[in-house]
Amino acid sequence: MLRILNKIWRIGTLTEPVPRDAELEALGGQVRRMVDRRFRRSLAIRQVDAGSCNGCELEIHALANPYYDIGRFGVHFVASPRHADALLVTGPVSRHMETALRRTWMATPSPKFVIAAGTCACDGGEFGISYASCGAVENVIPVDVKIPGCPPTPQELLLGILAALDGR
Amino acid sequence: MSRFDWLSGYLARLEDELVVVHGGDAAGLAPAHCLRLDSEDWGKAARVAAESGYRWAGVWGDPVAEHIVVRACLVNGGDYLVLVTEVPLAHPVLASHTPCFPAADRFERHLHDMLGIGFLDHPDDRRWTRHQAWPEGTYPLRNDFPVSGDSPRRAPADSDYPFVQVLGSGVYEIPVGPVHAGIIEPGHFRFQAVGEEVLRLEERLGYVHKGIEKIAKGRDPVGLARLAGRVSGDTTVAHTWAACMAMERAAAVIVPPRALAIRALLAERERIANHLGDIGAICNDVGFAFAHTQFSRLRENWLRDNQSVFGHRLLMDLIVPGGVCRDPTSQCEKTMQPRHDALSRELDDLLPILEDHTSLEDRLVSTGYLSSNDAHRLGVVGYVGKASGQDYDVRRDHAYAPYDELEVISPCRAEGDVAARLQIRADEIRNSLKLLDTLRWRLPQGPASAPWPKRPVYPEGIGLVEGWRGEILSYVRFDDDGRVARFFPRDPSWFSWPALERLIHGNIVPDFPVCNKSVNGSYSGHDL
Repeated sequence: MLRILNKIWRIGTLTEPVPRDAELEALGGQVRRMVDRRFRRSLAIRQVDAGSCNGCELEIHALANPYYDIGRFGVHFVASPRHADALLVTGPVSRHMETALRRTWMATPSPKFVIAAGTCACDGGEFGISYASCGAVENVIPVDVKIPGCPPTPQELLLGILAALDGR
Repeated sequence: MSRFDWLSGYLARLEDELVVVHGGDAAGLAPAHCLRLDSEDWGKAARVAAESGYRWAGVWGDPVAEHIVVRACLVNGGDYLVLVTEVPLAHPVLASHTPCFPAADRFERHLHDMLGIGFLDHPDDRRWTRHQAWPEGTYPLRNDFPVSGDSPRRAPADSDYPFVQVLGSGVYEIPVGPVHAGIIEPGHFRFQAVGEEVLRLEERLGYVHKGIEKIAKGRDPVGLARLAGRVSGDTTVAHTWAACMAMERAAAVIVPPRALAIRALLAERERIANHLGDIGAICNDVGFAFAHTQFSRLRENWLRDNQSVFGHRLLMDLIVPGGVCRDPTSQCEKTMQPRHDALSRELDDLLPILEDHTSLEDRLVSTGYLSSNDAHRLGVVGYVGKASGQDYDVRRDHAYAPYDELEVISPCRAEGDVAARLQIRADEIRNSLKLLDTLRWRLPQGPASAPWPKRPVYPEGIGLVEGWRGEILSYVRFDDDGRVARFFPRDPSWFSWPALERLIHGNIVPDFPVCNKSVNGSYSGHDL
């Protein structure tokens, strides 16, 4: 136990301030106003992998590490769409996930919004549209914010989510 | 390295079984050795191989004109043998390898769904990769199936898949997925449990099937490398390397030594990053938040170094056909040493804490046990295999450059539980750090890529790489114009998914997350 406490004490706090990015903030403008009005600055996100290669999930995971600590912005990931304000969807939507994604979206109570994370979710990326892939998320459910990148870095994800949340 | 001193024995036993071998070929798919067989001898050849204790490592089909060419890979020691046969497209039927090699089960069901090959004596005739995106009786990998598919309507849920049910007093069923509670890939798990004990777990995968094998067709080598880097995003380096290795062997491209060394640097960095993440996540799944926080910190540091030295946190698209597209400057080579030392010191702090933590031991030791015998029968490789007595590492046992000039130490344990799979990861991080130091000091001078020829020399090639999950096999065939005609990337997850079904048996339902994490199969790499 002493060793654990010692390690925690020596490492200290790593959480970093978030840099501002005018372009990304502008992106979330419309959604942001809705969130401010309706979600009282606390955002519950349900992440849905609709066919990604798992690269985006790794970076979404990183949002919870001590450097980014997304929880401090009032953003938390929830286990059910019924608890969620927003869906964070990755991947081109595989046709095998098409109905599951649609049902997840329908199970999310309104008002809700959808963030498409990663190049595949934004435009189909490397996989495009085929017999097995519907391509971009907006081909299946309405999308409010897009965060491109293959995969988007945690910082890009954070800025995208914050842009959607933070109205001040 | 490849000796094939056992091959004459295998051929003799085939002869005893009256199997006609139409010719061996050591050059076409080198370093693998090919044996051409009649389709009716397909099952016998597998039976003899199983009796000889060989490992089964994959099967894939390739439609060529009016036939489907089927190839199956067997491994003995560090030697790769590829059995080749042909079935007519009009009547594609083969004996199943599954009765001799349980590892072949889902591959053959995948082959049936994708190409329409019927496997006689296969114990399970249910669909696997096909859900509802294309109708029964049509096969996406056949040449007459359009890439865009021919059913534009919405794909409904695959709700009538016939799961095996356990009947009895007090037995109940838990359906989980495809949308899971955590931030993970989609798949469906069907548990049959009584009380807390899992009687049976059945996986239903295929949800992230993106048509990778189909959309690879017609790509140029650079395009295929990009696609291979997205077979499984956490294994982007190893999959790209394996695909490039296959293409380079077909094109007879000599990759410069500097490029090979940089590839190995990237592969070892990828291994360390993933193992760091997994060790933290395994501890998190039994509620040890301290380790999760610490290891996610180490992983983040490591990824940031990836970004500053190589320009991408996950090292995507750095390996290209013929070499690498980013050459770390000598400045960066110097800055890496203190970072390696720092990680080493951190591990000296943290790993003993994990080893001595009794509540961790209580949850991880003897949990999710996979016997050495099951591991062998299921063909499991990588850390899952190494934790269950399967002492195989491509870098050491089928050494490819630059590992052929390095001393690769591969850990192996007999315990077969979650704790052993965690320990193997820790040992592999240490070994990879040593390799990184050696590679860095020896980084040869010279170009970092070789020019790509207009046309490949051979029509096909095979790539074999030790990814962080274990052996990756990549097969590429080119058409006459030097474009990709067939690509089959075989992720090690094909073998670890069935192992998870086996090792969860008798554990309690609440231990499933930690068992699953200790195996950490790729959904995307398996579903293709």
